[in-house]
Amino acid sequence: MTTASTGVSRSPAAPRRALRRREAVAAYGFLTPSGLGFLAFTLGPILGSLAISFFHWPVIGGRSWAGLTNFLTILTEDPIFWRAVRNTLIFVVLYMPLNFLLALGLALWISPQIRGRGLYRLLFFLPAVTPIVANALVWRLLVQPNGLFAEVATWFGIEDLNPLGSGAGAMAVVVAMSLWQGFGYNMLVFSAGLDSIPEQLYEAASLDGANVLHRFARITLPMLSPSIFFATVMTLITSFQVFAQPYVLTAGGPGVATTTMVMYLYQRGFQLFDLGTASAVATSLFVIIAAITAVQFTGQRRWVHYE
Amino acid sequence: MSEISTALSRGRSGATRRVAGGRAPHQGSRARAVLSQILLTVVLVIFLMPFIWMLATAVKPGNEVFSSPPSFFGSRIRWQNFIDAWTYVPFDRFMINGAIVSVLGTVLVCATSVLAAYAFARLTFRGKGPLFALYLVTLLVPQEVVVIPMFILMQELGWQNSYQALILPWAFTAFGTFLLRQFFLTIPRELEEAARVDGASRLRTLLTIVVPVARPAIGVLAVFTFINYWNSFLWPLIIISTQEMATVPIGLNSFLGQQGNQWHLLMAASALSMVPTALIVILLQRHLVRGIALSGMGGR
Repeated sequence: MTTASTGVSRSPAAPRRALRRREAVAAYGFLTPSGLGFLAFTLGPILGSLAISFFHWPVIGGRSWAGLTNFLTILTEDPIFWRAVRNTLIFVVLYMPLNFLLALGLALWISPQIRGRGLYRLLFFLPAVTPIVANALVWRLLVQPNGLFAEVATWFGIEDLNPLGSGAGAMAVVVAMSLWQGFGYNMLVFSAGLDSIPEQLYEAASLDGANVLHRFARITLPMLSPSIFFATVMTLITSFQVFAQPYVLTAGGPGVATTTMVMYLYQRGFQLFDLGTASAVATSLFVIIAAITAVQFTGQRRWVHYE
Repeated sequence: MSEISTALSRGRSGATRRVAGGRAPHQGSRARAVLSQILLTVVLVIFLMPFIWMLATAVKPGNEVFSSPPSFFGSRIRWQNFIDAWTYVPFDRFMINGAIVSVLGTVLVCATSVLAAYAFARLTFRGKGPLFALYLVTLLVPQEVVVIPMFILMQELGWQNSYQALILPWAFTAFGTFLLRQFFLTIPRELEEAARVDGASRLRTLLTIVVPVARPAIGVLAVFTFINYWNSFLWPLIIISTQEMATVPIGLNSFLGQQGNQWHLLMAASALSMVPTALIVILLQRHLVRGIALSGMGGR
């Protein structure tokens, strides 16, 4: 430290200012690697995404200003875009509540009375970390017309089960596989939330004569609400991104019955090589996600209890 | 007051009873606990059935995959499938590519995030608030939304079908910086002040004092980053065009199209592809569970 000597002659504010300047220099130094990458690979592309949707932009060849043409195309002419939006919404509407039900149910079930809770949690979480493509491939094998699921269905008197053959069946498989793969995250989030609820709250409520349902509604849910809020925000964002499951399981079919927005974005951009329109799809997806997230954040005051 | 203390002591004794695994107060509740555990185990086995079926299929002879009715075991156990899968496609190449991309990506993410997070957590500088807010906002933008500009950027740089195209685009997201900043804020400042008074530079303080204390959080970030890179599918599908550069998910996907579906080999390959991430999670489970509680979002 060399500032001590300079502090004698100048006013007392000067060394502090010098210190602060050195601190700022250090800070900018620390931020440079992350910041440059952030500009180039995170912020830049986000802004770029919006810009590209206003251009005719083929993968190879000239690009030109398109104005709102790309948006008008997908919103008014393109029959698949709205199907993809609808499919994505159907997926989200089915996936979200079931995910929460499973996650909360198992988080409660794997209570302190269960021996080896850590192992149970880990195994229910496992599909969330194994490659999603590998997961989807196993499911694809299971749901083949002569696969394991079809065999199990015959035990219940259902012959010739072929879920991928119909639109509703294919969507059900995509949802089921996604639940199997993904609910473990929220289960762990809820488990951590449950474990942090002080035991004496329940004890006190029991003394006051509250039954199980009362305790769940009056203690568990309010105490868990920050976790639930957080999980809702994150799960919604991720469920709108669904891609690999339909890509591997159904290829978006039969027809376009399981073509989601991200799948359509991929097809439009990298199979039809139309990056401008694909970007318009991406922008639409982002607008939907941003709007829903904003609604969630404004609505949270009504039901989320922070201590 | 006395009621509260009774409740407290009851709560505590209740906790010790459970930890010790001793007798529950009533026979009935104990029987219920056992029943609950048995049922949970049944549910778990059903839940794991896809994995079990995958392993069973991976060691069946190829022509018995769709035997009717489906049987769990083939006529014999064919370990050779794993070797066949390895050579049927350049699977070693996929694994090596995956390892290179995941390890380098993880190192890069951790290094840049530690530095940036320290600046945000500890240092004062002009523009800190707005800059951090900007980082935060981008957390809400999913990767899928930016793959097109990212692809164009790679085109402009001439980086298609390269390691840097697999690594760099996702090495500077705000997630790591955010996660570590939150953790750094919980570390008492006094720890660093002693080192600072002794004349250590900021960087030295960060590396010798803060990083060791923050090891659990950095570990969580490292594991999730590794898993994300290893499992990533959409981006490699877009940017990779040759088998030589394919990562594991892309390799598995390319498997699917080749001359009919060799399901027994495909399942053997799928099982192999799961080993690295499954192993990491099993070995580091305690840290991970805490990390998910901390962040709730890694790896999604």
